[in-house]
Amino acid sequence: MSSAPLLRLVLLLPLVGAIVNGVAPLFVEDLRTREGLLGTIGTAVVAVPFVIACYLFVTFGGEPVVANYFQWMAAGDLELAFAYRIDELSLIMTLVVTGVGGIIHFYSIGYMHGDPGYWRFFAYLNLFIFAMLNLVLANNLPVLFLGWEGVGLCSYLLIGFWYTDLSNSTAANKAFIVNRVGDFAFLVAMFLIFRELGGLSFDVILAQGPALPEATLNWIIFLLFVGATGKSAQIPLFVWLPDAMAGPTPVSALIHAATMVTSGLYLLARLSALVLGAPVVMALIAIVGGATALMAATIAIAQNDIKRVLAYSTVSQLGYMFMAAGVGAFFVSVFHLVTHAFFKACLFLGSGSVIHGMEEVEHDLEERGHDTSDFDPQDMRTMGGLGAYMPSTRTTYLLATLAISGIPLTAGFFSKDEILFKAFEYGYSGGETYAMIVWIVGVITAILTAFYMMRSYMLTFEGTPRWPLADQAEPHESPSSMTGPLWALGILSMVGGFIGLPAVIQDGKWNWIHHYLGAKYGGPVAEASVQGHVPLALEWGLILLSSVIAVGTVYYAWRVYTAQGLAYDAVLKRRFRGLYQTWADTYYWDDFYDQVVVDTLINGISRKGLAAFDDKIVDGAVNGVADAAQNASGLLRRVQTGIVQNYALALALGAALVVGLMLAGI
Amino acid sequence: MDVALNWYLALSAVLFTIGTLGVLFRRNAIVVLMSVELMLNAVNLTLVAFSQSMGDPSGQMLVFFSIAVAAAEAAVGLAIVIAIFRSKVTVDITEINLFKH
Repeated sequence: MSSAPLLRLVLLLPLVGAIVNGVAPLFVEDLRTREGLLGTIGTAVVAVPFVIACYLFVTFGGEPVVANYFQWMAAGDLELAFAYRIDELSLIMTLVVTGVGGIIHFYSIGYMHGDPGYWRFFAYLNLFIFAMLNLVLANNLPVLFLGWEGVGLCSYLLIGFWYTDLSNSTAANKAFIVNRVGDFAFLVAMFLIFRELGGLSFDVILAQGPALPEATLNWIIFLLFVGATGKSAQIPLFVWLPDAMAGPTPVSALIHAATMVTSGLYLLARLSALVLGAPVVMALIAIVGGATALMAATIAIAQNDIKRVLAYSTVSQLGYMFMAAGVGAFFVSVFHLVTHAFFKACLFLGSGSVIHGMEEVEHDLEERGHDTSDFDPQDMRTMGGLGAYMPSTRTTYLLATLAISGIPLTAGFFSKDEILFKAFEYGYSGGETYAMIVWIVGVITAILTAFYMMRSYMLTFEGTPRWPLADQAEPHESPSSMTGPLWALGILSMVGGFIGLPAVIQDGKWNWIHHYLGAKYGGPVAEASVQGHVPLALEWGLILLSSVIAVGTVYYAWRVYTAQGLAYDAVLKRRFRGLYQTWADTYYWDDFYDQVVVDTLINGISRKGLAAFDDKIVDGAVNGVADAAQNASGLLRRVQTGIVQNYALALALGAALVVGLMLAGI
Repeated sequence: MDVALNWYLALSAVLFTIGTLGVLFRRNAIVVLMSVELMLNAVNLTLVAFSQSMGDPSGQMLVFFSIAVAAAEAAVGLAIVIAIFRSKVTVDITEINLFKH
């Protein structure tokens, strides 16, 4: 069977799901509580596309397939079609989106049980999958942008899912508005591409784009990167992502960890041939990525909300991916994107299971008449010892923690080590100093990552329970519809890395993802060429270094948190003092935006300064024209006397004038 | 007795001018209507004169049309004047200025 009609099915099924789940219960109230039906439809419309995507993946012939469905619009030189592209990159992304997405949908069936907005949740989630598939499968930038905005919309809807709580809808607004800044840059980049190349289809861009002058490419890639910093939560536009955790936990796992936030990376990988032509911006990308990774990792150490730790961890891991993109190793970005989707989704779903358990505790406490107004089911300080109550959650969370920490042979180890190696190689053989700095930052961040993830695991699952009346109020393990997905993702976090074995093994011949995606093997993702070669011994040394760092830090964190538990946070606080406070306050980014953007720009310059401009100049011009017209008409209307004879006189004089002119021969 | 065409045309011009001035400056609506009638008949006179001098009867045919239309115009015009008189108790057209600005 040819792939175009199948692709149509992949794209449309989630949309059908969204419509069925979103519209039918709107009119038929009884449907809203039919959780089994709603959840099954919602999951099936993602699982079936996954199966189809697997089929497309297996039967893929190596040449990109472009499916041109219908024309969207044509204006002048611009012709846009709803065209989709199947190639190695979009196949991998589709597999991740539908695969991890399907698992998370399945998990949501149990997680959202009893929520009055059950139907709304699945409708939004299906709509998100539809938009995300548009994003990764599009064959031109406007369709990609459509998906880009679509996922932004779904993100907004889902962050503000429990909209009766003001802080949730504020967080949703924040995500939407901050993303708007990046989207604006993306749009400008698109205009620039159209001006320079006269087309927006990837066929045109990838064929002619690399030949553009470097200055033009620099601007295009810079603007696209600004767009990516918004969606993919990099400095300076990352501030929305931690707040986005206000949404239900499956949303955090799907949208704000596994898929949507990686779309900026996808964009860079898709246009990698162009990015390589803009070395200045590449350095910027790597440095911003490194800075984000380091900053977010330090913040994560000082957070107490389990989901906030994971949120900052996501920001940090995205920084890693940008580091890889900045040193021209785009396939490694995609590799880390895939493994990160596995273990971060697992961690988020695990935290969701934990939150379920803690809400049970809260419920128990309420029944016993205990004051629970201060009780926060997401605060790790009130957890502890949950491993005994929730063995599956604990084991899978531990597996994912080990993976993200980079313990040898786990998924995170291979992908993160490859990023560090590529940065090192680019600095060592490519002679780029910034790559060396980025490598050092990456190594430090790896230490921090292992530490804060182990801390979150230890505080949550080990030690003794710290919630009130711990001997009476007990959490229970989540149902198997929730632990099943956890196990699936946990196992993927263990074995997912084997798709990209490092270069030391068989000289990179077994690095499947490199061979699959890499342009030099006929794939769609270009990469920077490095002249020199890192000696084999040094390569092994680097791998050893990564392993020692990961194992050592995990062991250290395990030891201190076993011995001291929560008290070790106080030790950290004492040891780092002001620095720790800065971390806990997230480097005051929000205050910075409050003061600079909200107070100075909006309330100051805009409200006070520009308001006068608006009043006097803009409104003045408009009102002036209106006034002038009114005054002129005030004079002119006196002509209308209402007396017929005046009109007749004018008529006669006019006729006389015309006749006179005709007689005069003019 | 043959009268030169120019005499007819001169008489017609005089009648038409009187009619025009009557329409433009008289205040009694009835007189205005009569002036209109005068203008129409001035034109009729021209038509008949030309018809006679050129030996073409189509000018006289046109005059019949013109008289029929003038009759209709007079009927409608007088009806309007009566309607206005009933509501305003005047036929002075300088008083009738509802369309004033």
